[in-house]
Amino acid sequence: MSVLLLAEHEQGQLKAATRNAVTAAKAIGGDLHVLVVGSGVAAVADAASKIDGVAKVLIADSALYAHPLAEPLSALIVSLAGGYSHILAPATSTAKNALPRVAALLDVAMLSEITGVVSPHRFVRPIYAGNALATVESADSVQVVTVRPTAFDAAGDTSAAAPVEAVAAIADPALSRFVSAELSKSERPELTAARIVVSGGRGMQSGENFHLLEAIADKLGAAVGASRAAVDAGFVPNDYQVGQTGKIVAPDLYIAVGISGAIQHLAGMKDSKIIVAINKDEEAPIFQVADYGLVADLFKALPELSAAL
Amino acid sequence: MKILCAVKRVVDYNVKIRVKTDQTGVETANVKFSMNPFDEIAVEEAVRLKESGAATEIVVVAVGPTAAQETLRTALAMGADRAILVQTDLETQPLGVAKALKAIVAKEAPGLVIVGKQAIDDDCNQTGQMLAALLGWGQGAFASKITAANGELTVTREVDGGMETIALPLPAVVTADLRLNEPRYATLPNIMKAKKKPLEIVAPDALGVDLTPRLTVLKVEEPPTRSAGVKVPDVATLVAKLKNEAKVIP
Repeated sequence: MSVLLLAEHEQGQLKAATRNAVTAAKAIGGDLHVLVVGSGVAAVADAASKIDGVAKVLIADSALYAHPLAEPLSALIVSLAGGYSHILAPATSTAKNALPRVAALLDVAMLSEITGVVSPHRFVRPIYAGNALATVESADSVQVVTVRPTAFDAAGDTSAAAPVEAVAAIADPALSRFVSAELSKSERPELTAARIVVSGGRGMQSGENFHLLEAIADKLGAAVGASRAAVDAGFVPNDYQVGQTGKIVAPDLYIAVGISGAIQHLAGMKDSKIIVAINKDEEAPIFQVADYGLVADLFKALPELSAAL
Repeated sequence: MKILCAVKRVVDYNVKIRVKTDQTGVETANVKFSMNPFDEIAVEEAVRLKESGAATEIVVVAVGPTAAQETLRTALAMGADRAILVQTDLETQPLGVAKALKAIVAKEAPGLVIVGKQAIDDDCNQTGQMLAALLGWGQGAFASKITAANGELTVTREVDGGMETIALPLPAVVTADLRLNEPRYATLPNIMKAKKKPLEIVAPDALGVDLTPRLTVLKVEEPPTRSAGVKVPDVATLVAKLKNEAKVIP
């Protein structure tokens, strides 16, 4: 048994979600090889080589992979797939885009967003927005799997670095072309990796009012998130969205402000350690999952909270 | 240009699902079903492309049980022209569905396929990407905006860091994300008209497609439930509890 794990990285840095996926890979067992694909990603490969449990790092460093387009990325993974029993990746937008393509090209089923490893062929994954957990077995020769990062601890570093081996880029299938990217820039921690998340919903009433949340986030070193309603209303960009189809978070502390608590939102945050809800509607479903609930007008409560921190 | 959309019949998004006590799945008897919300967005986008003159015909496909005809009729009422049901009582899984859609694409030769990015029952988020792979086409997954011009499609995609825009030569596969559009409600006259639109039923065998599930669901369980905690009277109490009881802030 051997696992090929696609590393996630951004701006030359290995992303923490890779470490969570390594823990899932270790639970599967066998030799673990990490694949780093990008342009100018030597530092990423270096960081990956130090993760405990990694036996080898493969690096495909080419201008062709400057943007993680699904078609060239999946073609590369398929070209390297021979000999591996498992192809894994953290469930990021890059992997969700590319791995189903890999699975189809290998003519195997895929398991999305696993939250548990029962055995090398049996996995637990949430269905129905996390309202049920399915234990699923695959009969295919290769298992293509994305790993929900919040379900696994992050693997640490070891003193002995694994060898890094270069692999050649393969011909671009030329089925898509990168045009542009509009990426949110923030000094705050990344939503999926933050220890504390402060999220706003429709109750925030406007994008300007998110400053009230940002003030609190900055005092707590927290990330700022949002419900789908707040994103749809244009208060904040799409990458703030926490929920079934947005980001899945599980911080130590999740503060939900002006969020009613639709099941689609709960799906993205109910594994948080402590949940705080601030809402003026005492019947809001969010209170059913909150450890601490404050029934209050958020425009009064937030300045008070900011002052108290 | 002909557009092909795929739709799935799923438990309605408003239904609070219940896990069966024998752990074989979730309760689907006497439960409201409707079109997967992401597929509604896909159909809406196709209808808008047709209304704008960028598309000429919309064929909508479902792979599923007889009852999925209702889902297809909904798509026809939204503005699709023809429907095809690949009828099966097997549990449908993304790879099999992608293979069935590939076979339909071979017959229909659409210039663009639009599907929802994920079904809200199995939450797989795979079918569109798998179909693109099987066809050897480019893919624009998680689309929040698409424009067709000069035989090329420009797709703005929702990614973890924000937005990414890519260009795809046609034909291509697009998967619809939440903010691509707001689907219309079918009007009563259109629902009546939809009853007369053609709906063809084909067997998977006739397409040469094997829909046998590759994944076996061994059991389905309730997730651990969270219980409601306490209500605090004011901000000062909240902060004190977070500091001293939960110890999550300094």
